[in-house]
Amino acid sequence: MSNYQLSHLDELEAEAIYVLREVFSQFQNPALLFSGGKDSITVAHLAKKAFYPAKIPFTFLHVDTGHNFPETIKFRDDLIEDLGVRLAVGSVQDAIDDGRVMEETGANASRNKLQITALLDTIEDENFDVAIGGGRRDEEKARAKERFFSHRDEFGQWDPKHQRPELWNLFNGKYNPGEHFRAFPISNWTEFDVWQYIMRENIEIPSLYLAHERDVIWRDNTWLPMSEHIVLRDGEKVEKKKIRFRTLGDITITGGIESDADTIEKVVEEVSAMRQTERGNRSDDKRSETSMEDRKKEGYF
Amino acid sequence: MEILRFTTAGSVDDGKSTLIGRLLYDSKSIFEDQLDQVSETSKRKGLEHVDLSLLTDGLRAEREQGITIDVAYRYFATPKRKFIIADTPGHIQYTRNMVTGASTANLALILIDARKGLVEQTHRHAIIASLLQIPHMIVCVNKMDLVDYDEAIFEKIQEEFKEFAAKLNLKDIRFVPISALKGDNVVNRSELTPWYSGETLLHTLENIYISSDNNYIDPRFAVQTIIRPHSDKFHDFRGYAGRISSGVFRKGDDIVALPSGFTSKVKNIFNGMKEVEEAYPPQSVTITLEDDIDISRGDMLVRPNNQPEQTQDLDVMLCWMDDQPPRPRAKYILRHTTNEARCMIKDIKYKMNINTLSRIEGDKSLHMNDIARVQLRTTKPILWDPYKSNRITGSLILVDEATNNTVAAGMIRRKK
Repeated sequence: MSNYQLSHLDELEAEAIYVLREVFSQFQNPALLFSGGKDSITVAHLAKKAFYPAKIPFTFLHVDTGHNFPETIKFRDDLIEDLGVRLAVGSVQDAIDDGRVMEETGANASRNKLQITALLDTIEDENFDVAIGGGRRDEEKARAKERFFSHRDEFGQWDPKHQRPELWNLFNGKYNPGEHFRAFPISNWTEFDVWQYIMRENIEIPSLYLAHERDVIWRDNTWLPMSEHIVLRDGEKVEKKKIRFRTLGDITITGGIESDADTIEKVVEEVSAMRQTERGNRSDDKRSETSMEDRKKEGYF
Repeated sequence: MEILRFTTAGSVDDGKSTLIGRLLYDSKSIFEDQLDQVSETSKRKGLEHVDLSLLTDGLRAEREQGITIDVAYRYFATPKRKFIIADTPGHIQYTRNMVTGASTANLALILIDARKGLVEQTHRHAIIASLLQIPHMIVCVNKMDLVDYDEAIFEKIQEEFKEFAAKLNLKDIRFVPISALKGDNVVNRSELTPWYSGETLLHTLENIYISSDNNYIDPRFAVQTIIRPHSDKFHDFRGYAGRISSGVFRKGDDIVALPSGFTSKVKNIFNGMKEVEEAYPPQSVTITLEDDIDISRGDMLVRPNNQPEQTQDLDVMLCWMDDQPPRPRAKYILRHTTNEARCMIKDIKYKMNINTLSRIEGDKSLHMNDIARVQLRTTKPILWDPYKSNRITGSLILVDEATNNTVAAGMIRRKK
């Protein structure tokens, strides 16, 4: 019977496809959170497989901080066109302009937390009852407690101490009006699994993930990409380095690492020897020990 | 490389967190920044050692109280296998979390303190593993360093456990003498236990044979959704999407759709974008049939000569998970495979003492963490197999219509 044993990637893929089909079956109006990062690209690829030969039956939802890598936006638009899906954008800039949120000030100001409002407002405006995310339990200790189907109350809040138990492969997506769910089909994947899968499936990813020459500054122990949003502080200087990004988010808080890995194969090799978590280069997670849990409770991804 | 899912249960002092920490650390699955963070927090709390439990206890409340409240999932990989740990608290008030962690596990890891031997918690964990039909069990006799690596102590605990386990339904039990703190027999073979000829814990985890854990005998395919592309290229395409619960489906197989009873043949099987000859658990596939028959979500494709039970009365071992007991005459939503029905709890036959396996007769109440043998009556027939032979078609959950909470998990038994 040994020929009926699935490899780890096949098993993870089968699980994720099962979750995506449950989402489609149990909810009325699902959105797939698409950031242009490798995890959401992987989820999009899995969704394509889950519903083949039909189109992906989800609206793609991009929460746009206004501080984007230009490469990410181009990648997003090309993929949307290729898949023939609808794109909804939750704009942080609009939320600021409308006065729904205030831009943070101070040395470490970022638009990270402001995404919560843009996300929740879009979910409400578009009547999404579930948002599918590329969150993984290995990313962060608060995420290690996430369910595949994760309930959010009418304020979009997560209550980690009163989560519904999730047994076998039986998911409970029941909710009251005004509430919604988050669904995480790749919960059980690690960063390494995602990279191995991208390599195996030959999935196209933004070139930012591969080593390239870039103008950067050294700030908070990471190479931050130089952009129009960065104001140099005393002692900081712009340098040219060969870097790549392990995660992609807001350009003002996503740091890169020095690397020569300019092909997926080399990235996979590098990741397997990595001694730092990928979120170590994200200043949004460095604010406090429980910053992810605190943001997630308010409605963050 | 395959995946092995295992569950652990235990409290802070039996060394569970230390053991998990060691497996993660020795397999290089802990990152430097995670370790730095944990060391810093340990120091701030005034601890002398690095408290590896802080790696697994992620929520603010857990870190403040120093306990595991929920199931935490942890990941590590060796060149041989990828491991998913469902790390659960061991206290009786978290029985429901242990049951949750056990529901998807191939293997249960049980820790016994060599100084204390079998305690109530040991019995509880073994009973839950048996109820949830976890196929394999490794019993780690831990803290061997504190009993001078005494073979007699290890032997005695092993004998006691075997005697207790004889009452249970556990097929594959292995024993390893370890010291999680010192690392003996965890990843590397210890020189201090020359009398132990078995394998190390990690070696066992890497090599235990799990291919036969799935049921390849009884073909069951619960339909999740219907795929209808309505495109020019796939104009008449009608596919049934779902995950193979058990058994093998091949092109050309005769099938019967339940509950309708219509028969047809498997025309094509798609795994993603690829057409394949056969499908087996736990693959997610799309199946097309030769004939256009009426099939919807919740229906099941099976073989004509191998069919599940179809009844409205279910004999169930139920774990109650909600903080509110069932309301009198309450109706619940029963979720089973991709099917849904309403049901009521008709009778509570007996409750189980989860520490001793003895029956508590006459008590008709159900509280959080109780495990009871109950009789359920559903509004329509359910297509089931006994949990003992099929963990997918033999399991169910109950959802409260008033609160939407998942209030119970059940395992269906064959009626006597």
